[in-house]
Amino acid sequence: MLNIAQPEQVVFKPELITKFNEIVARYPEGKQKSALLPILHLVQAEFGWVSGPAMDKVAEYLDIKPIEVYEVATFYTMFFLKPLGKHVLEVCRTGPCCLVGAEKIMKYIEQKLGVKEGEVTPDGLFSWRGVECLAACGMAPVLQIGPEYKFHENLTEAKIDELIDSLRLTTAVNPQIS
Amino acid sequence: MSEKVKVSIDGITIEVEPGTSILNAARIIGGDIVPPAMCYYSKLEGSGGKCRTCLVKVSKGSEKDPRPMPKLVASCRTAVMDGMEVQNITSPEVKEARKGVVEMLLINHPLDCPVCDQAGECHLQDLGYEHGSEATRYEFERRTFDRIDIGDKIQLHMTRCILCYRCVYVADQLTEKREHGILGRGDASEISTYIEKAIENDFSGNVIDVCPVGALTDKTFRFKQRVWFTKPVEAHRDCPTCTGKVSLWYKGEDVIRVTARKDVYGEVEDFICNTCRFEKKNTNDWIIDGPRQISNRSVISSNHYEQLAPPPVVRKNLALQAANKEEFERATKH
Amino acid sequence: MGRKILLEHINVPGINTFDVYRQKGGYRALEKALKTMSSDDIVEEVKKSGLRGRGGAGFPTGMKWSFLAKPEGKARYLVCNADESEPGTFKDRYLMTYIPHLLVEGMIVSSFALGANTSYIYVRGEMMPQIRILEKAIAEAKAAGFLGKNILGSGFDHEVYVQPGGGAYICGEETALIESLEGKRGNPRIKPPFPAISGLYNCPTVVNNVETIAAVVPIVNDGGDEYAKIGIGRSTGTKLISASGNLNKPGVYEIELGVTVEDFIYSDEYCGGIANGKRLKAVVAGGSSVPILPANLILKLANGENRLMTYESLSDGGFATGTMLGSGGFVAFDEDQCIVRNTWNFSRFYHHESCGQCSPCREGTGWMEKVLHRLEYGHGKLSDIDLLVDVSKKIEGNTICPLGDAAAWPVASAIRHFRDEFEWHVTNPKEAMERNYGLAGYADPLPKPEEVM
Repeated sequence: MLNIAQPEQVVFKPELITKFNEIVARYPEGKQKSALLPILHLVQAEFGWVSGPAMDKVAEYLDIKPIEVYEVATFYTMFFLKPLGKHVLEVCRTGPCCLVGAEKIMKYIEQKLGVKEGEVTPDGLFSWRGVECLAACGMAPVLQIGPEYKFHENLTEAKIDELIDSLRLTTAVNPQIS
Repeated sequence: MSEKVKVSIDGITIEVEPGTSILNAARIIGGDIVPPAMCYYSKLEGSGGKCRTCLVKVSKGSEKDPRPMPKLVASCRTAVMDGMEVQNITSPEVKEARKGVVEMLLINHPLDCPVCDQAGECHLQDLGYEHGSEATRYEFERRTFDRIDIGDKIQLHMTRCILCYRCVYVADQLTEKREHGILGRGDASEISTYIEKAIENDFSGNVIDVCPVGALTDKTFRFKQRVWFTKPVEAHRDCPTCTGKVSLWYKGEDVIRVTARKDVYGEVEDFICNTCRFEKKNTNDWIIDGPRQISNRSVISSNHYEQLAPPPVVRKNLALQAANKEEFERATKH
Repeated sequence: MGRKILLEHINVPGINTFDVYRQKGGYRALEKALKTMSSDDIVEEVKKSGLRGRGGAGFPTGMKWSFLAKPEGKARYLVCNADESEPGTFKDRYLMTYIPHLLVEGMIVSSFALGANTSYIYVRGEMMPQIRILEKAIAEAKAAGFLGKNILGSGFDHEVYVQPGGGAYICGEETALIESLEGKRGNPRIKPPFPAISGLYNCPTVVNNVETIAAVVPIVNDGGDEYAKIGIGRSTGTKLISASGNLNKPGVYEIELGVTVEDFIYSDEYCGGIANGKRLKAVVAGGSSVPILPANLILKLANGENRLMTYESLSDGGFATGTMLGSGGFVAFDEDQCIVRNTWNFSRFYHHESCGQCSPCREGTGWMEKVLHRLEYGHGKLSDIDLLVDVSKKIEGNTICPLGDAAAWPVASAIRHFRDEFEWHVTNPKEAMERNYGLAGYADPLPKPEEVM
């Protein structure tokens, strides 16, 4: 069971609801539960994570029980059930990436950001974590950054430096753009 | 009516309705050839297939297609075909696989039977005795979870859970709104409500009866008594919500627990309501039908219904005989 | 040069756009199918082609299609499995990124053949860029009149939607994928019933891999017989191989089935040899689930002949000396790689990805990972090696879905072929933490088979 502070109230903006409606239209009538995964992705993109009240709202929108949303959100690894940094660096840690140095890259990121896997930097900007195979083994080592999951391939320490610097810069210039 | 199909299980042939599962066909035959089942529950639609204890070998698929099935199959979810030949206890492969499954079910189980209310009527205990090894080969820390209360009557002790999903099916099929479910994935899966919630429903108490282990227990019975020191009787009452047919578990003059009536496979005859289960604990709430028949293989029977059968060591040792004097006297009185 | 039929135009600038794809002959198969062929004709061509499922199992696609139930008044669905997650495999990502219209065209043609008016492409959620690419491609196809109502006046209505996953390897299993598409946890279903009878929304459903569906386009264009001419025996056509690990040129290659493994690794047309001048130690030929083979066994069959990149040749010798083509995820290990560490890594992957529904896999994968971790970090015992083999046997074949087998095979095969290295980790724990076991005898020529008297 959960031990994370939850927001008191979550409001879905009308634009978000419009997007939900478009997704639900893809499925036959009465099968709106199929929209659950795409909607959770949208919720996470909007709020940065998937909170309990947000899941309750999704359940209400889809006319399903809240537990059905919790069951799904906790099964899939892409949904953050607690707040993480603004940019979450997800580094592939599976075999083929490790053959060409993914473990070193993760150590370097840990050292560079100064936080352990799953933690948030004090400025709230970054988190990192190892994830399982991202299906980009030929471009290994790789990492991805949500919510659009942009890929960064053939990673080196220099590329990590560059990436983190540019993310810092864009956030400083325009905090709205992630 | 459609024609019956013939199936042979461990060499015993029987005719059953088409669509019957191998497990149910075996239960019709009865006895030692019935595969154990930890997750299947005939009264819960969709249950079964998960624990893998009921695996059997299909050595002949059917009369039409006699090829054997390539893998062991879950007997609870495989329908019989006409002419099918099944091996359960006559297949070394099945015995070996089952032993493996039992070992897997036990590696993360806390084995806290001495303090578990389910002890004595626990299916995992039975399974371990009958099909398991004496020692474990698992040398790592076992998985643990915090105990949680689902309301004031039911306690969830997830550490003991074998993830049979029965309680989830109960909530889906017996109640309007399911509040608990399976959260997480893999060996981190747990039964939970995610955000602390009481399960409020007339039939929620049935999750206790369907739980094959001590993961869901009756808080009103918690630590009151070992089940083998209680006296079960069958009773009924005129209940507006359920059939009111229950088993009462006595200690002395007091009803200390009420459960549904269970059959030889541990399945309830009728699901009962929470009022019957939790609120009616006086003898005068009930009409007693008679003593409950308990299998002589059950530890519950050892004190009340069977002649005392002392282990050989007691028979040989005078000091032990003296220590058990009372029991011997009681046994000869009946 | 081998023939390229999926990636023929992959280097044409702008081939990811509708216009360029069309200029290069795109959507010809769709026009041919809808205007001149019946759905049975298409199924027949696919059968003739000998095309086998490219996702890993290698089941004949035409046969799978012909099993689809067609009850009156019930919708049928085609679902494309783009949940590419098998470690070592990244061909579908490549195909969707660079030539998305091939998949969209394949979806429409295949749906026509199956009588499905709605189809879904289930893409793993991490491939959000590919989801955007496909959505754009679908919009372009729709604008051109290749999707929607009464396509090309044929009376056939069709819509394709893209569905994102949520991060779960198990959703690559077809019934787990269907569950996930229904908005549920990705727990594989207990079969029967098979999806062909009762799949998505309890309707008859076919689930095919991205590459399989893409291959339908050249099959319809050129005919199944023409496709079947490529390859050897029951391994017909071309296959996308994802090459990764310690290779000079990792990447996606379209090969004619039948290329020798040696050519594939060392020729400049393909991987160009082992990176940094190292020597080859081992290969996982078909994605992490298939048995790992030492260099000598992957290059040669037990009888000394060259091993070929075909379903049959790779599995020659069974699990004693062979492996499987699987999804075509070809991972090469050089002499500096530690097999124990890699086996632990793969084992952690399966532990992490087990859905937890059935007990042997839920408990067994974690157990194997813990034992392998102990071996890798120098706390292992010699008995651990046999314990691992035994636990893997207790999982294999006893689970609801093939993830159990997939978790068991890499462990069992690594111990089968690299037992020395595992034992060395136990007997020399300190040294094992500092250096790797190296190539040892794993690339030595195979002993000549004994003459039968």
